[in-house]
Parts: sequence; C-alpha cells; structure tokens
Amino acid sequence: MSKKEVDDVSGTETTGHEWDGIKELNTPLPRWWLGILYASIVWAISYWIVYPAWPTLSGYTPGLLNHSQRDEVMSDVAALKSARAGQEQELANSSLTEIQRNPDMLQFAMAAGRAAFGDNCVPCHGAGGQGARGYPNLNDDVWLWGGKLADIQHTITVGVRSAHPGTRQSQMPAFGRDGILKPEQVDDLSEYALKLSGRGADARAVRRAGSLFTENCAACHGADGKGNRSLGAPNLTDNEALYGKTREDIRDQIWNGHGGVMPTWNGRLSAQEIKALAVYVHNLGGGE
Amino acid sequence: MNHGWLEKNSIFMLIGIILVIAVGGAVEIAPLFWVNGTVEKIDGMRPYTPLELKGRNIYVREGCYVCHSQQVRTLRDEVERYGHYSLAAESMYDHPFQWGSERTGPDLARVGGKYSDEWHRAHLIDPRSVVPESIMPPYRFLFTKTLDYRDVRQMLTANRMVGVPYSDAQIAAAKEDLEAQADPNSETQDDFRKRYGKAEVRDFDGEPGRITEGDALIAYMQMLGTLVDFKTYRANAPEHRR
Repeated sequence: MSKKEVDDVSGTETTGHEWDGIKELNTPLPRWWLGILYASIVWAISYWIVYPAWPTLSGYTPGLLNHSQRDEVMSDVAALKSARAGQEQELANSSLTEIQRNPDMLQFAMAAGRAAFGDNCVPCHGAGGQGARGYPNLNDDVWLWGGKLADIQHTITVGVRSAHPGTRQSQMPAFGRDGILKPEQVDDLSEYALKLSGRGADARAVRRAGSLFTENCAACHGADGKGNRSLGAPNLTDNEALYGKTREDIRDQIWNGHGGVMPTWNGRLSAQEIKALAVYVHNLGGGE
Repeated sequence: MNHGWLEKNSIFMLIGIILVIAVGGAVEIAPLFWVNGTVEKIDGMRPYTPLELKGRNIYVREGCYVCHSQQVRTLRDEVERYGHYSLAAESMYDHPFQWGSERTGPDLARVGGKYSDEWHRAHLIDPRSVVPESIMPPYRFLFTKTLDYRDVRQMLTANRMVGVPYSDAQIAAAKEDLEAQADPNSETQDDFRKRYGKAEVRDFDGEPGRITEGDALIAYMQMLGTLVDFKTYRANAPEHRR
C-alpha cells in the first residue's frame, strides 16, 4: 500500500489506496499556490512586528516602525495648515472690509467660506443659501440682525437663541397661545400686518388693530412696522416673512411667536473660518 | 510530508484538531480581554443619561447606523469636515458601538450642538422640508409616539452588566432622571445634575408636557461628540498615540 505507484494516463502518483479497482491521484498543491500561502504567513508575522498589532494589558505593541495613524493625520492637517498659513494669517490680521477690498484675500475667503458653508450651514440655510420656512434666506437684502460684514460675523459667532452667553436674543410673545390677546384681536392684527406689507386687508379690522399694534407690537417692530435690527425684530413692511406670508401663516406667527435657534459656531469653527463665512454670506447677494 | 499516521490514529487526529482550533481561538479571542488597554483615559466621558440611552435604542431600532456612521476617521479630509477624529474612549459606553460601515448620509459622530432641536424635528418629520436634496426617509411617527420607558431601569442595569459604570443611585432614579432631562422645570433637576453633570436639559421635541420618542432621539443626537473637551485633550501625548 505504501509502494509508490504512478498512474499511466496522467503520469501522476496515486495515493496507493484502492477501492473496488478505483484509485485516487495524489496531485500535489500547485507550487505557486503554496508559495502565496507561505508568503502570506511571513507577511502577517512581519506585519505584527513592524506595525502596531496586539493590545497589551497597558496599551499595545507599537511595532518597529513606530507608525501611528493619529500622528499621520495630525501631520497631514499640520501640512495643510502651513500651506494655508500665509493666507490664514492675512485673514486673521485683516479687517473684514480689507478682505472685501483685496481681490486675493477675497478669493481665499470665498473659497474657505464656501467649504465651511457646505459643511455647516447648508442643512438649514440650503445649498444656495436660499433658506427654508423658519430658516432665513441669505441671498436677499432682508436681514433680521443686520447685513453688514461685522453683523454677519457676530451672528455666526454667537448664534441666535443659542447656548452662547452673548447670543443674539429675541423672543416674540405667543400672543394667542399664552392668552395675551383674544383670538379676534389676533385676527385683527393679522389683517394689520397684511396691510403693512402692502397687501389687501380688511379695512375695518385694520382700523381696530391700530391701537393694539401700538400697545403690543410697536415696541419691537417700530410704530411704522419697519422693525428694529438691534432687537432682531423683522421689518413687517417688506412682504418677506420667515414663517410664511399668507394670512394663516401670519396669524399662526402672532398666535405662537415662533423663533428659531441658530447654534453658536464659536469653538466649533475657528475665528478665521467665521470671518471667511461672513465674507461668503455677505457676497451671496444681500450684503450691505 | 508524511501525515498518514495522524490520519489513521483518530485520537491523535482529535488532539491535533483541538490544538489547531485552540490556537486560532486564542489569537482571535484572547486580545479582547485586555483590549481596554487601548482605550484612552480622558476627561468628560460619562454614561449616557436614561433619556439619551432610550434615544440611542431608537437610533438602533430604526437602523440609523445603516446610512450614518459615527466615526470620524484619521484622515485629513474627515478631520477638516467633521472635526477631531473619533477616540476609542468616545464609544466605550456603546453596547453595541454605532461606528457603522457606510455613509449614505453624513457622519454623526460630532453632530451634537451643530443644529437646533427645531431643525432636527423638522428634518426627522420631513427631511425634504429643510434639505431638498435629501433621500432620507421621514420619521414623523417619532413625534406622535409617546416614549415607553417602563423598562429604563432594566436598560441601565443591563448596561452595567456589560461594563457601563452606572451607580446604584443612577439606576434607582432612572425614571425620574429621564423625566427631569426632558422638563427644565421639574423638581428633580438638582438631583439629575448631580448624577449627570452637564447633560443638556430641555424639552427637545417642542411639545412640553409629553415625552415622545422624538425627545429621546434628539437628546441622544445633541449629545453625540460633545462629551470630550478637545480643548484639554492632548492629542500629542504619548499615551494617546495609536
């Protein structure tokens, strides 16, 4: 049975077994295949030795190369920072108006602002800054807190109704929900607001609402309804509204006093990034 | 090689098989027993609050991890976009972890504090209302379903069994703490603060007086990535090298 026997047809050795006249060829594994197997084993063991591999009780085996992904990414980020350092420094040292006037700096700020806008602002303000219900459109010339470069920079830094101690803060009362005004008074004020924005409204209701407006709304929105940016009170005469322009929308706003939250970006973004964003937003079309 | 004798002596064959499997098993399993040595020792990580833990369960239940990862990898572009790369310690209280393996939506490891509660609400109810190009399905029902938290104590206990250091007091008061986090005016505020430090307390879903599944999920998401203070984390320290 242990005697070597070669098959006549294939020229390959058999296993030497025989069952009912059937014999099995003992074809060896191909050399190339074995070669790859042994090479992989050698590769795996050298990988353990050279690279970080095994956790130990108090850390891990660092490997001969002392390789670290974290060091690598930090040096990548540092390289990027140093490549941008000149322009970043310029951005940090220049005032917003200087950036706006200098074409090179403006180009850099716009590129940086565009990237930061895409990563951070788009979910609320839209890919083109067009906004959505409750989230201001940044392309137009309607600004709640001011559209000058410095105003925009400040809004981005502290946010609106955010966790920042110096946050922009305004709170329209929920005149209907909290029972400050009667439902019919809210109806009248809605008509008044429609009239202010230059649209057709029930004249009698507008007349009734006149004193209501003075007592309840004028303190923030101004006697003429033109708003007050230092309070974040919107202009009611421009036919633009954050929470919708229809009669129902306006009534809903007076009833509930909606006010959104913009997070503070101080800390999450660097001062330069915020500057670049301010310039970018300013240049979307509505900057003052 | 002559292995005929091994194949013909079944007891040796059996011992051989056991040896081979034992080596394979040891190599794969044994390091897991001291893998904790690779978790950074950092300040700020705390066990999730009961409300966050419930939110996390909803996150898992709805399969959010199928489209969203929770891992900022050590790659330059990711660090530029999402912020500091994720640390092992940041998922040490995750059972199971939510690193995910694919990003149809963006990474969520640092989403906490990035958007307002109101945005999360609008986005979960109808993603297209705020992000027109989104393909995320709507989760409107989260805001109509009242959160069922009868099992919250058991959840904390189960997490403690797998290594999350909940204290006896935290487990005993799990229900009260859950309610306290969703209601800034509750009487048990101070106790909650004592137990969970700087955890965010507010009505997350914009519907005071009722705790919905939306409350829990938003509370969880607003916490993601905010626990570790990276201003004090020394990435260059030798013990933090990986």
